[in-house]
Amino acid sequence: MGEKFARQWWWKVLSILCVAYAITGGFLIEVPQRFILNESIRNLYFHVPMWFTMIVLLATSAVNAIQFLASNNIKYDIISIEAANTGTLFGIMGISTGMLWGKFTWGAWWVNDPKLNGVAIALLIYMAYFVLRSALDDQDKKAKISSVYNIFSFAILIPLIYVLPRLTDSLHPGSGGNPAFNQYDLDNTMRLVFYPACIGWILLGVWIFSLKTRISLLKQKKIFSE
Amino acid sequence: MLNQITSLLYKDFVLERRLKHTINGLVIYTLSTSFIIYFAYNQPEPTTWIANFWIILLFVSINAIAKGFSQEKINRLAYYYTIASPIAVLISKVIYNTLLLLLLSIVFLIIYSLTSGYPIFNNALFMTIVLLGSISFAITLTCLSLIAAKTSNSNTLMAVLSFPVIIPIILLLIKLSKASLLDISILDVSPDIGIVASIDTVTLAVSYILFPYLWTD
Repeated sequence: MGEKFARQWWWKVLSILCVAYAITGGFLIEVPQRFILNESIRNLYFHVPMWFTMIVLLATSAVNAIQFLASNNIKYDIISIEAANTGTLFGIMGISTGMLWGKFTWGAWWVNDPKLNGVAIALLIYMAYFVLRSALDDQDKKAKISSVYNIFSFAILIPLIYVLPRLTDSLHPGSGGNPAFNQYDLDNTMRLVFYPACIGWILLGVWIFSLKTRISLLKQKKIFSE
Repeated sequence: MLNQITSLLYKDFVLERRLKHTINGLVIYTLSTSFIIYFAYNQPEPTTWIANFWIILLFVSINAIAKGFSQEKINRLAYYYTIASPIAVLISKVIYNTLLLLLLSIVFLIIYSLTSGYPIFNNALFMTIVLLGSISFAITLTCLSLIAAKTSNSNTLMAVLSFPVIIPIILLLIKLSKASLLDISILDVSPDIGIVASIDTVTLAVSYILFPYLWTD
């Protein structure tokens, strides 16, 4: 099912249209004026979709790791590592857009906040995953052990990103008494840009990931045929 | 199953008693770090005291648990594989590591209190947290130590793999320990204890599912 979907073109066109619309609309369309946030609220169109894309890709990575352990087919391991690679890339983009926003809104590149620390730890976990992979030589052993670590760390990532920040107060929009990106603040003109932006960036992430996977699978084929 | 767990536990205790240098090494590790903190701070502020306590305990735990699988030869692991189920190995290791960490944290707490003072007000709460910490570290690190033992460079990798995973737990433990500086009852911090316990449960469940895959390799 995945391969067939990867070769279809309609969702790639949709992704380009959505991202192009989100970038132009994100900068040009009127936004509600909120205290403190002001025009920086536009970062919502860029910062938040990065996290959605990251989570989609990391979940794909974990699911494929499970499938690898269940089937022992090396293809799933390649899909898993490429999803983790692309997911980490989007995580780094999410953190940089967030830092840029934080510099203008909070006055600092980094603040001690559960959400920020959570994603920093999440990225550290995936960097450890890449180190683990490079430390193992034998391909089957590498695939098996790194799949186990992938699933193990994904299980810890969920409470880290979704549960812990919701239990503590934070400066981040969406918690405590701060201007929040929730149903009261996010008005309909913003939704008009925000939802296409999410769809566009997620599809773009999936596209990058599917291209990387195809390249890796071809390289793998070459190794076996030589 | 129970039979296998008890005999594996017995084996671990016998091994520990015969290879005295490992546990002695860890005790001396705690002794020297306590003195380093004493030289650096004399009597640290209560919050610094707590942060140091957990950071050192984290390093001690990683060192203590990392040797759990890597000290056993590959052939011997293959032998266990023929006589015991992987779940029995996992459970016996978790129990053994919990007891080992509990012992080490009590030894460390005594030495640390003698050199750097003891600012804790609510002893019962703090002891509960230390117990909870030992259990959490043991559960999280046991599975990771087997992953690290499978690589050629296991000591470095043990630290690299376990730090990011253990940070959420250690942050909660530090937060809980700060509560024990004040006259706060266990009931007031029970939500946080609940979070640590649920993270432990999830980790244990994931280890339970994944351990057989690591084991048969």
